[in-house]
Amino acid sequence: MTRNTMNTAKTITATKTTTTAPGRGGGTPAAAAGRHGAVVEFSGVTKHFGAHRALDGFDLTLHAGEFVALLGPSGSGKTTALRALAGLETADAGTILIDGVDVSTLPTSRRDMGMVFQAYSLFPHLSAGENVEFGLRMRGVAATLRRNRARDALALVGLADHYDRFAHQLSGGQQQRVALARALVTEPRVLLLDEPLSALDAKVRVALREEIRRIQTELGITTLFVTHDQDEALAVADRVAVMRDGGIEQVGTPEDLYSRPASPFIADFVGLSNQLAGVVRHGFAQVYGTKLPLVDPSQADGDVLVLVRPEDLEFSGDGMAGVVVASSFHGSLRRTRVRLTDGAVVSVQHVVRVQPATGDSVRLRFCGAPVSVEAVMVSP
Amino acid sequence: MTAVRRTEGGSRRRTRPGPVARGGVAHAPSRTARAVILGVIGVFFLVPVVAMVEFTLRKGLGGGHDASRWIALAQGGLTGQYRQVLVALANSVGLAVGTVLIVLLLLVPTLLLVHIRFPWLRRVLEFVCILPISIPAIVLVVGLAPVYSLLSRLAGSGVWTLALAYGITVLPYAYRAIQADLDGVDVRTLSEAARTLGAGWRSVLFRVLVPNLRRGILAGAFIAVAVVLGEFTIASLLSRVNLQTALVVVSKADPYTAVIFSLLALTFAFLLLLLIGRLGAERTRPRRRRPIGGRP
Repeated sequence: MTRNTMNTAKTITATKTTTTAPGRGGGTPAAAAGRHGAVVEFSGVTKHFGAHRALDGFDLTLHAGEFVALLGPSGSGKTTALRALAGLETADAGTILIDGVDVSTLPTSRRDMGMVFQAYSLFPHLSAGENVEFGLRMRGVAATLRRNRARDALALVGLADHYDRFAHQLSGGQQQRVALARALVTEPRVLLLDEPLSALDAKVRVALREEIRRIQTELGITTLFVTHDQDEALAVADRVAVMRDGGIEQVGTPEDLYSRPASPFIADFVGLSNQLAGVVRHGFAQVYGTKLPLVDPSQADGDVLVLVRPEDLEFSGDGMAGVVVASSFHGSLRRTRVRLTDGAVVSVQHVVRVQPATGDSVRLRFCGAPVSVEAVMVSP
Repeated sequence: MTAVRRTEGGSRRRTRPGPVARGGVAHAPSRTARAVILGVIGVFFLVPVVAMVEFTLRKGLGGGHDASRWIALAQGGLTGQYRQVLVALANSVGLAVGTVLIVLLLLVPTLLLVHIRFPWLRRVLEFVCILPISIPAIVLVVGLAPVYSLLSRLAGSGVWTLALAYGITVLPYAYRAIQADLDGVDVRTLSEAARTLGAGWRSVLFRVLVPNLRRGILAGAFIAVAVVLGEFTIASLLSRVNLQTALVVVSKADPYTAVIFSLLALTFAFLLLLLIGRLGAERTRPRRRRPIGGRP
């Protein structure tokens, strides 16, 4: 990050208490509570679309200044939860509190949220600067101040010299940066990001997600980030909430989710896993003759499927015998698929200098810390 | 002619098209083909107009041409002998304004509401709006006659009541013009973005949606004006006076002057269409253009 953008972030934060005209937001709970680092609480939020239950007693608390990612497959309800918080969907039941005040019945325009959408949402008839000014204009901020703050916000996202450009003159990444500046310039209590990177190229996506995280950290704004990309969620969030069928399956730090998944669904959805047949006995899993510790030692004895991460397997001189089926290069690592003697195919992640060829006979063994193996699914 | 290409980050920019690849499909006709097409169409439209002008310049059975009828009309014909045409023109202009108001106040909000809140009603709305184009004016009048009979008792039989019928007849044209613009704008996302930024529905409508739909709304409004100025059947059958019915009356007494009025009405409609193009073109014109570049 450059020194200039750092200074700009400080300027925006510093001016918020003295220059923001409260406008309609003045009567909202934010005014009394300080504008950054709001606590958000979903409590039993339920939402139906016809017969489909999009949210089913959804509970989640975002701590002040926290960056929480909602992760889940399509249709799991993550966007509905975010839209309910924004006021763009009305919950059928439950409450949404911001700093302890119920905002469930407040219209969107009075919730004091900043939101970046999945689709490009810049107003085409306005320049980038005018787009950023829009929220300030709605709050009755004077023109000169508005322009200055819009320029600061554009500088924060690295587009200081793009004030006069129109949406059709900006790339997709630039448009989302402007949208981010527009969402932040009003110093909202909560920043909502609805898959803002999904329409962008891979490289731009990575760059922008890091920038979003940097800005969020600098401003200390509570942020809810919806994504279906687990890499994105794990890379930027303080905590990740994995959703399934309208509810939360597990909430935790990225490390928790990856290393100590609470259910087979989480283990399968977050990261890659090999599913191997095994048996649980007295808090340990027996897999191919190896005794492995369980993440959840209370697991009942019996036949199970053991989920093992590809990085928790390694080539060795002894262990399970198999034949290399395929090997793929992933830049900093390589993944090789091996067919074991009983027909099971497992994936092994290893360094790139090891280059097994298809048809090679190899042996594998389990490695790493005990937590790297989880017995999570009882086989039928 | 411009083409659209994807750029880094997935946005679109307008660029000049490159040459057509060998073996590829040409997307635009050649310059010559375009000139021929334009010429044929131009002649098709121009010949009747030129014939009308020539007709108004004829001296009579003796042969020869002069501009005496144009001059006579310009020197006071409108305030004397053809005063009823002025009255009829005023009626038509009033009806056009009324019809445009119906389009703006009824159709535009309805279209936006359906687009944003009730998208599943879109097909129904389209059917309702397009329906009048398939109903002959005479059939429409037969259906409207009892309605107008009742309306006459309730609100009188002023010429303004025709605006209600015209509101129906212009629906297909206005709908297509506005809907075409709506399809090109992500109205839902834009309105949601504006609302999260603190805008109420009125601000959403007037500061975000209307500016981005200006071209479609203007086109719908001007097409409504053009349709109303050219309408004859409904006004005639419902015994109301508008420009077209007045011209028919004039043509029975003086066909030359009637054609002059027709030419003037045609010119007015042509200028309206030019205005549409002009105002619509200004919509997305940036105030200052700079070369594209910079960070992703």
